[in-house]
Amino acid sequence: MTTTTEAPAVTPVAAPRKLSYVKAFNEGLAQAMREDENVFVAGEDVAGYGGVFRMFDNLLDEFGPRRMIDTPISEAALVGLGVGAAARGLRPVVDLMFMDFIGVCLDQIVNQAAKMKYMFGGALSVPLTITTASGAGLGAAAQHSQSLEAWLAHVPGLKVVMPCDAYTAKGLTVSAIRDDNPVVIMLNKVLLGSAGEVPEEIYGIPLGQAHTARHGSDVTVIALGRMVGEALAAADELAAEGVEIEVIDPRTVQPLDTETMFASVRRTNRVLVVHEAVTFGGLGAEIAAQIQDSVFDYLDAPVLRIGAPFSPVPFSPVLEKAYVPDRARIAQGCRRLLERS
Amino acid sequence: MQIIKDLHERMVRIRLFETEAGKLMEAGKLPGFLHLYVGQEAVAAGVMAALRDDDQITSTHRGHGHAVAKGVGFREMYAELYGRVTGACLGRGGSMHINDLARGMLGANGIVGAGVPIAVGAAFAARYKGEDSVAVTFFGDGATNIGAWHEGANMAAILGLPVVFVCENNGYAEFTPQSGHMLLTDVADRAAAYGMPSVIVDGMDAVAVHRAAAEAVERARAGAGPMMIEAKTYRYFDHQGVKGLRHPYRSDEEVAEWKARDPIDLLEARAIADGTATRAELDDVWRRTRDEIAEAIAYAEASPLPDPADLLLNVYSG
Ligand SMILES: Cc1ncc(C[n+]2csc(CCOP(=O)(O)OP(=O)(O)O)c2C)c(N)n1
Repeated sequence: MTTTTEAPAVTPVAAPRKLSYVKAFNEGLAQAMREDENVFVAGEDVAGYGGVFRMFDNLLDEFGPRRMIDTPISEAALVGLGVGAAARGLRPVVDLMFMDFIGVCLDQIVNQAAKMKYMFGGALSVPLTITTASGAGLGAAAQHSQSLEAWLAHVPGLKVVMPCDAYTAKGLTVSAIRDDNPVVIMLNKVLLGSAGEVPEEIYGIPLGQAHTARHGSDVTVIALGRMVGEALAAADELAAEGVEIEVIDPRTVQPLDTETMFASVRRTNRVLVVHEAVTFGGLGAEIAAQIQDSVFDYLDAPVLRIGAPFSPVPFSPVLEKAYVPDRARIAQGCRRLLERS
Repeated sequence: MQIIKDLHERMVRIRLFETEAGKLMEAGKLPGFLHLYVGQEAVAAGVMAALRDDDQITSTHRGHGHAVAKGVGFREMYAELYGRVTGACLGRGGSMHINDLARGMLGANGIVGAGVPIAVGAAFAARYKGEDSVAVTFFGDGATNIGAWHEGANMAAILGLPVVFVCENNGYAEFTPQSGHMLLTDVADRAAAYGMPSVIVDGMDAVAVHRAAAEAVERARAGAGPMMIEAKTYRYFDHQGVKGLRHPYRSDEEVAEWKARDPIDLLEARAIADGTATRAELDDVWRRTRDEIAEAIAYAEASPLPDPADLLLNVYSG
């Protein structure tokens, strides 16, 4: 199901400007705050310190302590603050630092924020944005490295976005803040410093619209978040072997743009889904099921899923590296798909 | 006095373990995060000297000091920091997850406040089984703003469980000073809300901490229920890592003031003044510990890495 509430307002700039992923997020947030006086930010060490990942650098200087609020370590109250303020017409951005900490405040997200509009008969909306950093790769171990998008995408009423690069980090952030629903932005920790071209003006990327990051005719690779970059790298590797893979970045995993995926499958007839999260019960399962429901007849091979093994994220770098899917495993998966039929 | 020597040795072990770990981190040898405990040694030493091996503790993200003072070995601790298979968590956990069941170390914890209810559960188990062990939960000033802390405190109080709540109030939660995250001056005031007695101690004075802990532990062991100790202390290094402060969130003067009351210096001066130990004896503790640490680091570095083929190890039992 695709819901698009706005058109992208991206105008190409003359001289392309590179910005890091985290700075792109920061710029989008700042512009959204300028655009709407009702946007404020709350979280632990977001104001004075600018956030442990530098996500909120310099915002206190511009917006002051009325709109940049340092809170106690009280995630349930923090999200609840956002829910209540949103119900009264503000547009809160609350930061959960590491995604793993949603365990502490899941009730406020799942039972409160997500269901409020529904339970109030549509009389109010909860334009709450939750920002958080997900993913492994920093040796941060089992309680600071998870990708929990499947937990959230399962809950009706929440939107979940996973920016894969600087451009999408900015555009999805702006759209999330403008959106009238609770939206969780999963920034990826490993990508924070990675740079990409980012327009200077404010722009939104429609929530629920996938992006074809690379066109190809042989295999469709549907990649979430950081896996988009890995899939593109795998595509380069495979191109040298004469294999052309198409890379689809859903950008938003809830709502999920399946139409773009189906159209691609009709052309390539082979699909690999890859995400950082544990494979079992992950979004790969949902995507595979929807593909087989809708475009089964076009498939030349069963849909293949690549994700993490069914284990907490290990600490030791040698284990962590083996745990997280990478370009080599994606390329290998594509080769396997092509061997069939 | 034997207790002074005991406290001294525990503090020196923490100090050296931590400073060496900091150096290894700076040298790029350790992956992940490192929340150093240096400055707060008197708290871990004072409390742990009042405990038995079968008493349980739950710790925090800043847990090395608690582990060392509870008797966890240097070898398995360094090996864990290095991500080796010989580590305390077989290389799976790293700095924030060190544990040792044999020593009653129920784990450091990456989730602020999460150890509090776990200690309550451990105390419940002791009473259930008719054992007289107690549980001690360590937490920072910042952690007392977490719901789990309040729920755990009330649960311990209402069930009358043998839990000792130890607040290591180092004045900061990450980069936010205490005044920026609660309106109280004394975190100990929070205990009163749950009908729990509390005491405030100088967290740089190991003897004072020890006295308070011994009393709280004895009370708990005797069935008189939970108690809270607030130790006012300080961390010397940054919240995470050794240095690299982006914004100065505390002044050099403030750091210097606390360092002037270094817990180890204070105890050494006292030991020498009252004739408990000579300088040479104290120096010998440092020397022996240094040797032990060098050996443990060499052991960790020589240890094998975990085998990726064992990725699913211990996800389930049986
Ligand atoms: C539930 C949760 N929220 C936030 C964090 C991030 N975090 C790690 S340590 C810390 C500050 C803890 O402060 P305090 O309890 O005073 O302990 P200290 O670091 O001072 O020892 C924060 C916010 C976390 N690990 N878990």
